[in-house]
Amino acid sequence: MGSALLFLTVYLIYPILNTAYISFLGRSSKEFAGLGNYWYVFTNTDMLGALKNNLLWLVLFTSITVSLGIAIAVLTDRVRYEAAAKALVFLPMAISFVAASVIWRFMFEFRPAGMDQIGLMNALLSNLLGFKPVAWLVNTRVNNFALIGVGIWVWTGFSTVILSAGLKGIPVEILEAARIDGASEWRIFWRIILPMMRTTILVVATTMVIIVLKVFDIVYVMTNGNLGTEVIANRMYKEMFNYHHFGRASAIAIILLLAVIPVIVFNIRRFRAQEAAQ
Amino acid sequence: MTGKVGRRLSRSLLHIVIISICLMWTLPSFGLLANSFRSRRDIVATGWWMALKTPFAFTVENYMDVLTGQSHYGEEKAPDKSRSILGDIITGQGIGRAFLNSLIISIPSTLIPVVIASFAAYALAWMRFPGRDLLLIIVVGLLVVPLQMTLIPILRLYKGLHLAGTFLGVWLAHTAYGLPYAIYLLRNFFKALPQDLFESASLDGASQFVVFYRIVVPLSIPSIASLAIFQFLWVWNDLLVALIYLGGTRDVAPLTMHISSMMSSLGENWHLLPAGAFISMMLPLIIFSILQPYFVRGILAGSLKG
Repeated sequence: MGSALLFLTVYLIYPILNTAYISFLGRSSKEFAGLGNYWYVFTNTDMLGALKNNLLWLVLFTSITVSLGIAIAVLTDRVRYEAAAKALVFLPMAISFVAASVIWRFMFEFRPAGMDQIGLMNALLSNLLGFKPVAWLVNTRVNNFALIGVGIWVWTGFSTVILSAGLKGIPVEILEAARIDGASEWRIFWRIILPMMRTTILVVATTMVIIVLKVFDIVYVMTNGNLGTEVIANRMYKEMFNYHHFGRASAIAIILLLAVIPVIVFNIRRFRAQEAAQ
Repeated sequence: MTGKVGRRLSRSLLHIVIISICLMWTLPSFGLLANSFRSRRDIVATGWWMALKTPFAFTVENYMDVLTGQSHYGEEKAPDKSRSILGDIITGQGIGRAFLNSLIISIPSTLIPVVIASFAAYALAWMRFPGRDLLLIIVVGLLVVPLQMTLIPILRLYKGLHLAGTFLGVWLAHTAYGLPYAIYLLRNFFKALPQDLFESASLDGASQFVVFYRIVVPLSIPSIASLAIFQFLWVWNDLLVALIYLGGTRDVAPLTMHISSMMSSLGENWHLLPAGAFISMMLPLIIFSILQPYFVRGILAGSLKG
């Protein structure tokens, strides 16, 4: 217990306080900078771009992983090969973001129109559907969506597993009773399944929000935040190692912390309620 | 035109939807696997699906090259007596060294937190001491604190202690970052053990340590296994912690760092990426396919119950 406490204090609690302090200091933490770093975070165009992209990630990544998770859980619940199908969707969870990025780098590979496409996405697009090939990672209109797509591909399995367990927790009698009363499957889904899975959905959604706020690897490896794909965590890395501005990097970290505080409060409340119920 | 036909139609539609989802989730990885066995010329010339056409032309040269960091392409291999392939794999500039580093990083980074968390979780679940509830709340609060919060102070601390760029530094960092989740998960598991177990044991005069060692641990092996798998995969797949605390040195870089630097040095090594990525995925995929139930159990216990 003592060692655990030591680790938590040295590696988590002390750094949080220290980072908060550094965020008010200058580049090398030698002089006081007041709110200067925060001013920078909210006015610099690169930073604003990163904040905007994280918002895009937040909305798309969270909503799509959750709704796809629900859809896959509900659909596979009706077939005999459920376990196998879910395992395949879950598989990317085992590999690193770096490996996933390599996989998708090849999927997104672009050759100018007229040449042999070696990436599957463009091959389907141009050879099968007859559209022009798209430079997925370069074209600033689509590159953020391409990166978010990779994130969704990796994390949907996670949300499926949890949501599927939540689905199995709904008593079969309730569903049977509704069917006997002549309710359509569609109606059962909206009126019974979704409301009864509310807590599970909320838990999955908060997990996804946390993941999205910290998203780093995919962006770092695939575009390094260039061409308008910057995100907060990658920006912090750059401030640290490319520009050596520790004040700004700390301010960015503090923004991240502030963003997760609602989730921390939510988790603690939920935990307390569950403890009280036991 | 009612019931039966409609039902059959919607059943087929259901299967089509599920199977296309499965394809979307497997084809990308399958394409990478296929590409990893194609020659350099083929990889840059055509898509991986062309490899499925006869005549099959597969090669393991990408694997040889990426493992050893030497090129086995083109010129007939002049037998070089001074070096063996195995030696190149372990000491060379290739990914073999990175694989070894990943193991060196991941194994202690899994064992240390699992052991510490087991003790802590037991104390939090079944011992009474002042401040216990507060500690639990702190652990729950720390679950989602972004790692980024800690990077600068810890890096500075490490520079002072000469821990930056060392395996020890990374082990300790991974231990600390893994602990909140590990403690939380194991406490949930331990708390679910029947209370009578502890009452009878303490009536028999067993000490806390004996109860922990003789009763709790043996009963919780599956739970501890699921935590260990979780932590191992997390560390194995980590890029950020390694980047920050290990710096850019090749001797200590794990697979994730090695591959990401291969990716940014565009061009010449492009054809080695599929093989490299696959080598990094091998171990997780093996663990995952054998121990998937434990993995799922860990995810569910950490998120649903609480």
